[in-house]
Amino acid sequence: MASSIKIQKIAELLDARIVCGEQFTDSEVNHAFASDLMSDVLTLESEQLVLITGLTNMQTVRTAEMADINCIVFVRGKKVTPDMIEVAEDNNMVLIECQYSMFRTIGILYEAGVSPIY
Amino acid sequence: MEFNYEVEGGNFTKAGNAASNVKKVLKQLNVDPKIIKRIVVALYEGEVNVVAHAYKGNVLVDIDTDRIYIKIQDEGPGIPDIDLAMQVGYSTASAMVREMGFGAGMGLPNMKRNADTIDITSKVGEGTIVELTTKLTS
Ligand SMILES: Nc1ncnc2c1ncn2[C@@H]1O[C@H](COP(=O)(O)OP(=O)(O)O)[C@@H](O)[C@H]1O
Ligand SMILES: [Mg+2]
Repeated sequence: MASSIKIQKIAELLDARIVCGEQFTDSEVNHAFASDLMSDVLTLESEQLVLITGLTNMQTVRTAEMADINCIVFVRGKKVTPDMIEVAEDNNMVLIECQYSMFRTIGILYEAGVSPIY
Repeated sequence: MEFNYEVEGGNFTKAGNAASNVKKVLKQLNVDPKIIKRIVVALYEGEVNVVAHAYKGNVLVDIDTDRIYIKIQDEGPGIPDIDLAMQVGYSTASAMVREMGFGAGMGLPNMKRNADTIDITSKVGEGTIVELTTKLTS
């Protein structure tokens, strides 16, 4: 049984900034998936998933929309753009900006008990 | 219900507009979220292919009570060998496309996996038509 974690807690652990969707940070996720390849993300069947990525463009948010992912963590200090926020808000998504590297981000969340998908 | 969307080749900012819209419509029709996801993932990869590989295209969506039919038609270079293009990992995508998070040769196989039926017809130098049909009830 995967342990679940509040989105709020993820932001805390990563010392990260919640860019939008503050009102949904009380909801929980079970799994995380890390990739910069959106085609990869589009093959996943899981729900209640947090996506960790270094790819910061509109396609990341569109991919999350299609894959029913409601939380994205952008690593390496990448900045989310206003048009991304607009689509994210339209889909009740939480966007998080994190300064840490991909490896460090994943390590912290893995240690906190967030499960991989496979 | 019929819907029509234009897709611009090379314009990644708009890729997904059709899929986003179709998702909203299907939600309103109370279609099972799992089925919605399959449909919009396939349509989205299809839109990305027009943006990535063609000059311009058009998406026709026809929603019935029991099935959705999607026709993605483009003017573009066409696909010389469809069987090869369907293989996982085969890609002619540019570096720009890969920077957008696509171009790993997974789009067409993923579309096939998510649709009940997929039909591809293509003429080299003219363009490509991808037709997807999926039942709306399980
Ligand atoms: N609409 C299209 N027009 C021309 N070529 C296409 C089209 N769709 C797919 N292709 C060809 O098929 C290949 C595989 O497509 P796909 O599986 O979606 O992978 P990717 O788009 O990541 O390359 C593409 O690289 C391209 O050569
Ligand atoms: Mg593709």
